Amino acid sequence: MFYREAGDFKVSYVDDSQTFPIKFDRYRYYVVLAVAFGIIPFIINDYWANALLLPFLIYAIAAIGLNILVGYCGQVSLGTGGFMAVGAYACYKLMTAFPDVSMFIHVILAGGITALVGVLFGLPSLRIKGFYLAVATLAAQFFLVWLFNRVPWFYNYSASGQINAPEREVFGIIITGPNAPAWATYLFCLIFLTVCAVIARNLTRGTTGRKWMAIRDMDIAAEIIGVNPLRAKLTAFAVSSFFVGVSGALFFAVYLGAVEVGEVFGIQKSFLVLFMIIIGGLGSIFGSFAGAAFLVLLPVVLKVVGADMLGWPTDIVAHLNLVIVGGLIIMFLILEPHGLAQLWRVAKEKLRLWPFPH
Amino acid sequence: MLDSSEGYVTEDGRKIGGVVMEMKNITLRFGGVVAIKDISFDIREGEIRAIIGPNGAGKSSMLNVISGFYVPQEGEVWFHGSKRPQMRPFEVAQQGIARTFQNIALFEGMSVLDNVMTGRLGFMKTNIIQQALWKGKAEAEETENREAVEKIIDFLEIQHIRKTPVSRLPYGLKKRVELARALAAEPKLLLLDEPMAGMNVEEKEDMSRFILDVNDEFGTTIALIEHDMGVVMDLSDRVVVMDYGRKIGDGTPDEVRNNQEVIDAYLGVSHD
Repeated sequence: MFYREAGDFKVSYVDDSQTFPIKFDRYRYYVVLAVAFGIIPFIINDYWANALLLPFLIYAIAAIGLNILVGYCGQVSLGTGGFMAVGAYACYKLMTAFPDVSMFIHVILAGGITALVGVLFGLPSLRIKGFYLAVATLAAQFFLVWLFNRVPWFYNYSASGQINAPEREVFGIIITGPNAPAWATYLFCLIFLTVCAVIARNLTRGTTGRKWMAIRDMDIAAEIIGVNPLRAKLTAFAVSSFFVGVSGALFFAVYLGAVEVGEVFGIQKSFLVLFMIIIGGLGSIFGSFAGAAFLVLLPVVLKVVGADMLGWPTDIVAHLNLVIVGGLIIMFLILEPHGLAQLWRVAKEKLRLWPFPH
Repeated sequence: MLDSSEGYVTEDGRKIGGVVMEMKNITLRFGGVVAIKDISFDIREGEIRAIIGPNGAGKSSMLNVISGFYVPQEGEVWFHGSKRPQMRPFEVAQQGIARTFQNIALFEGMSVLDNVMTGRLGFMKTNIIQQALWKGKAEAEETENREAVEKIIDFLEIQHIRKTPVSRLPYGLKKRVELARALAAEPKLLLLDEPMAGMNVEEKEDMSRFILDVNDEFGTTIALIEHDMGVVMDLSDRVVVMDYGRKIGDGTPDEVRNNQEVIDAYLGVSHD
């Protein structure tokens, strides 16, 4: 009933190309922003931050990053965990080398370093595609984890081989380490997610995004109408790795605080983020959010419902989680390759006509 | 034959200018197969130039040579008075040569508008940082190019499907969107690879009208491959006829129609 564009006329191309052309959408977006920035920080506690909000925010950044590469540019990557590790270790080295510099700068620089590494591993994408490229990025995943395990310089020669985030402040507020308040870590990640999402949206709706999608949909035609394939693919790798690096840095510094690379940034992480964008929707920013929210929420909901309310054994619940995720992946791949985002789009189209569909 | 370097005037009174593109002794081989054998011809400014020939004559290969997708083993391509060095297809596109494809090569996952906007890549000058910020330069550039694209969308009468994903369109409209994408580049030379393949009479008439209008209103030089002889003879100013990779005829439609070698190639000759 409320959800329709009738009467919502646009008189300029600027209005027509905005992110939320329909008024209702636009207001909903402002409301979500207002709640996220204005209300949640006041009611947040440690449990909510650590169990739900922080992982959601951080995984959403990673999912947006991977979605740019896989969903928009069509270059399959299984190296997300490795690139997150690059972000985490870059952030760690920067934090310990320059303790006085703001964490904002460290995280952004960590993203930049990951972007460079991503471009390096993206170079083969000019020659190989699809399955073979996936294998090449898989090699990146294992190589990077191996590198951070074997070269002591990366973990500052600590005896355990782990990296631990020292306490750092932004504008006098502790952001990292065990004493950081929940609202501060939440806001810090939220700011990064918001900026990343806006940047991703701006890039994907403009020329760069059209180049990426052209390469994804038909690379030969794209080249013949004037897309430089090497540059388009490498910018996708760079932007994607930047986001993934930022998420890796936040994952280590703000969320976990201590990281053992093989455990945290292993191949499972690559698959987890890939599952997020498959379930959420390839080629959709909203899908990245939906997928991250879904896969972060699912184990928590299952634990609350299954283990706490119904009294099932915890191992059954944990395995049930795997079964459900696996089943959903297969279901989405067969029935709706564009994921939750497409379901949402269809729902919106139906809603526009509701209650008189004819 | 028409070989004055100053151009000529067509039957319907359009002035054709100097040579835009010249193919000199092009030979293209795929291993042992000779697809194009020592062919030379030119395309003049403002002209509609057709390349015809039976199946397997090498027409599409010729178009692929012009658009830089195939690199000929021998011969030279001259564009706007200078010899074209070996370049990648996207560089050829940046020089001002746009094309459509025999089997539609649209970007299926994008809307019609986005597809046509990709045609304007050559006009996009903002860098990735400006685009990430969006407000300011990138937005202004987007709006400016959107206006140009909307003119072409109006011209080709596809306003109603502007926001529709291309994958949902019927065949005839897809062909038209592909033409729109090529036109959006404001090409100096437009290559059409079988623009009317698989169309019914009505759609063919529409497409012919658009091709003539494009030539007339924008003054675009057009080179096209087509199988429908009626269409070719009506549309084009000059025709190159190919058979088995050789050029067997070149001239106005009337000249070509009466060329014995061309008649033989199309109707076949008895070898006894």
